[in-house]
Amino acid sequence: MELELRGITKRFPGVIANDAVDLVVAPGEVHGLLGENGAGKSTLMNVLYGLYRADEGEIIIDGTPLQLDDPGDAIDAGIGMVHQHFMLVPVFTVAENIVLGVEHTRGLGRLDRARASQEVAELAERSGLPVDPDALVEELPVGIQQRVEILKALYRDARLLILDEPTAVLTPQEADDLFDAIRAFTTEGRSVIFISHKLREHRAIADRISVLRRGRIVGTADPREASEQDLANLMVGRPVELTVHKPPAEPTDSVLEVQGLRVEDAVGTPVVQDLDLQIRRGEIVAIAGVEGNGQTPLVAALTGLREVADGTVTIAGREVVGATRKQILRDGTGHVPEDRARDGLVADFSVAENLVLNLWDAEPYARRGTLQFGAINAHARELVGAYDIRTPSVGTSAGSLSGGNQQKLVVAREFARPIDLLVASQPTRGVDVGSIEYIHSQLVAKRDEGTAVLLVSSELDEVLALADRVAVMYHGRLVGPFDTPISKEAVGRMMAGADPAEVLGAAATSPTTTTTPPDDPATADGSSPGAPA
Amino acid sequence: MSDDHEPEGNPPGPEGDDADERGRTAGDVLLDDEELARAEIEAAAERAADAKSIGLEASFGERFIAAITGTGVIVTLLAFVSALVIGAFIIAFSEDSVREALGYLFAQPGDAFRAAWDAVSSAYLALLQGSVGGATQLSETFVTATPLILTGLAVAVPLRAGLFNIGAEGQFVAGGMLAGLIGFSLTGLPMAVHLPLALVAGLLAGGLYGWIPGILKARTGAHEVISTIMLNNIALLVSGYLISTTLFRRPDRTDPISKSVEASARFPRLIPWEPGLRVNTSLLVAIVLAIVIFWLVERSTRGFELNAVGLNASAATAAGMNPGRTIVLAMTVGGAMAGAGGAAVILGLQHRLTIGFSAGIGFSGITVALLGRGRIGGTVAAGVLIGALQVGGRNMQAQTGTSLELALVIQALIIVFIAAPGLVRAIFRIKADDLATGQVAKGGGA
Repeated sequence: MELELRGITKRFPGVIANDAVDLVVAPGEVHGLLGENGAGKSTLMNVLYGLYRADEGEIIIDGTPLQLDDPGDAIDAGIGMVHQHFMLVPVFTVAENIVLGVEHTRGLGRLDRARASQEVAELAERSGLPVDPDALVEELPVGIQQRVEILKALYRDARLLILDEPTAVLTPQEADDLFDAIRAFTTEGRSVIFISHKLREHRAIADRISVLRRGRIVGTADPREASEQDLANLMVGRPVELTVHKPPAEPTDSVLEVQGLRVEDAVGTPVVQDLDLQIRRGEIVAIAGVEGNGQTPLVAALTGLREVADGTVTIAGREVVGATRKQILRDGTGHVPEDRARDGLVADFSVAENLVLNLWDAEPYARRGTLQFGAINAHARELVGAYDIRTPSVGTSAGSLSGGNQQKLVVAREFARPIDLLVASQPTRGVDVGSIEYIHSQLVAKRDEGTAVLLVSSELDEVLALADRVAVMYHGRLVGPFDTPISKEAVGRMMAGADPAEVLGAAATSPTTTTTPPDDPATADGSSPGAPA
Repeated sequence: MSDDHEPEGNPPGPEGDDADERGRTAGDVLLDDEELARAEIEAAAERAADAKSIGLEASFGERFIAAITGTGVIVTLLAFVSALVIGAFIIAFSEDSVREALGYLFAQPGDAFRAAWDAVSSAYLALLQGSVGGATQLSETFVTATPLILTGLAVAVPLRAGLFNIGAEGQFVAGGMLAGLIGFSLTGLPMAVHLPLALVAGLLAGGLYGWIPGILKARTGAHEVISTIMLNNIALLVSGYLISTTLFRRPDRTDPISKSVEASARFPRLIPWEPGLRVNTSLLVAIVLAIVIFWLVERSTRGFELNAVGLNASAATAAGMNPGRTIVLAMTVGGAMAGAGGAAVILGLQHRLTIGFSAGIGFSGITVALLGRGRIGGTVAAGVLIGALQVGGRNMQAQTGTSLELALVIQALIIVFIAAPGLVRAIFRIKADDLATGQVAKGGGA
């Protein structure tokens, strides 16, 4: 389908989310929409999908201007959307989810399950997206659930599919499968709008890329011509550095010692098991892995947020098991939590209050049970300057800051005190490129100060850019750590559960002997059945 | 530390020449770093202006200004106005002359409107005169406001910790019972000992009665709304039983009414030479307690924890705070305030315990705290306002025959309007630019 957005403007109180956006999507095209968080990508797509009404502008589909008041109108117009967070009923089967809302019924409103199942099977076959129509959605891996979402759009005869950050939850291999599916989808003149802030993916799949910055289209690029650097500069609005400058690590004595760690969920099923890990001062050990493989409970156990079922954990010789979270933090552990909004800060507290959130009753910020606002504000002014937190004042509520600056606030709080161990979970999630650049350089600076750094990230690029050693978490177990450099393909395959011996070759079976990684990534890639993008 | 992140020019991209060529087109739209920083700060300032939040450290003046200009307070006041308007309709339609005039509305519409206007204006005028129309009326307003301020604080403190204390009524009863018991069973003590002792007994009893739902919530997760409602029933029924036992009951009476509190345990009147003015020193106690609570909630480290737990319990936990302990503290302190309210009524006004002596003062505390938006100063102000409404309501009934229940109806309507701020905004077409839509705008940009 041919889609044209003409002069779309959408205002929220105090913000212009979209400012006269023009966008043309040709039939059969994969149109990449690139932009930082808060650039207005999701708003624009919500306007197109009928969730928001534009204040100004027109939506023209195949030459006809249309009024889209709700998602029903958009679906009727042939627009389908796969949201970042899936809109599926977990206890329903694949077929039930797909036909939900447009289901066929027999007499007395009984659902025609057999017909639904058969139709879905045919659709899956035809579109090259194999899926078992009778499987329960909650039992499917995330990649397949996403496939169900795409099939749902296809079942409603979508001719334009909007994919909102579709790769965020996928392994690199699953992402490649998704790209194949996208290519298959566009063969019959159907179009795709692909939203992502990952430059590499745009270059891999998009036919044309529009870059959105602060609500405006600032450029359209051909992915075959534009380099990642160009796109990044365009997206951020200034030259950015994509690579991390990092001198070789000079690790000294050991800080974090984990032996035989086991963490269980509420019903006693292990979510982390047999985990050994050692991190020394002056090195960054990164844990890669698809989310949900035990990274979150691991970090929670190491930082005293969760009970340890078995094993020992010491930080600079101090026993962690049995200590309170407060003791662990005060004794010298910094923690940048993965969910900033939930665990990192209190949005309604001021910047100054958030900067002492974990030191609220310590001198000099409190004396005899009374908060010392003079000291708190002076501390805040110092950190706001030192960590380049962009805020009108230290009294501004933290929730008003942009995502990147909120994260800088958390980083400042955790980095500014003297610590032995720094645990950073997804430190750049939902953060703009400019802030990512800064947080990365701070992580390296902290390492060079002699702090042991544990980085947990599902962004493989980030892991490989920062880590001195890389470990992979899969189904609650840790593989590695392996010395860097290590090929991206190898880590990617271990994230999907491949045996490290097979991936890295016989010479590199044991973590202690992986001093020489495969020089030529191609040898490691050789055994992979699917060619990497 | 900040110096090492300055981008060192534009490093050649991975695809050298190609990048240079594209770089020129991109250059037109590139901003410099300072410009970007300024834009980010401006955007944050705009969002902050919308949210109108004030920090813990804000001075009285800043709080006052924020209270006057914040949309939240405007919405609260409009909720009050909306409740009065609906109250006006109720007065009008319950008036016989108005209903008669409505019978021939189309023949003489003026009659109906005139009758309605007369009914409403005379009722509300009586309400106003009855509450602030003279020294006696003002005295009564403050007498009624004293326990309301305290039960308001009993709801407001837990509210700041994210808890909804419906149990102020029961805590009020517990406080009043023990204060009364100490007040009449100990004799021969000087007032300097007896009165503080009885008051502290009320605080302790109320605090203990608030501690129960707090510890239940912290240890077992029992929802405080459910447990405090049930504890209210227990307190009301057990107090009724106790008052009829020989421990409490006056020996010369058979009906359930307790012995009288000794003179040494009664709050002295503030203006003893004017017999009509019942306002007494318990008002000063309420003010002092409000100041202590203000320090606790807005200035102390415990208050920092309390607010953090109330606004984001996970972040509080992640920062090393103990939400369980904070919940218990908030409920205990809240209960103690309600207990003090019970003591103030028994020791300052009624001087003996009767069945149902709480008379819904604990429940009115919910209205007071919500009208005060959980702020300490706001709660004190709201306590006086609701006190005036209740006292004025009595005068309204006496003078115009409008039922006293109307004051309660207005109070209930206030809660409804405050609970549904969207409704008030829709009625008055206020640009919805406070918290709720701020979130939408933030989420929308992502």
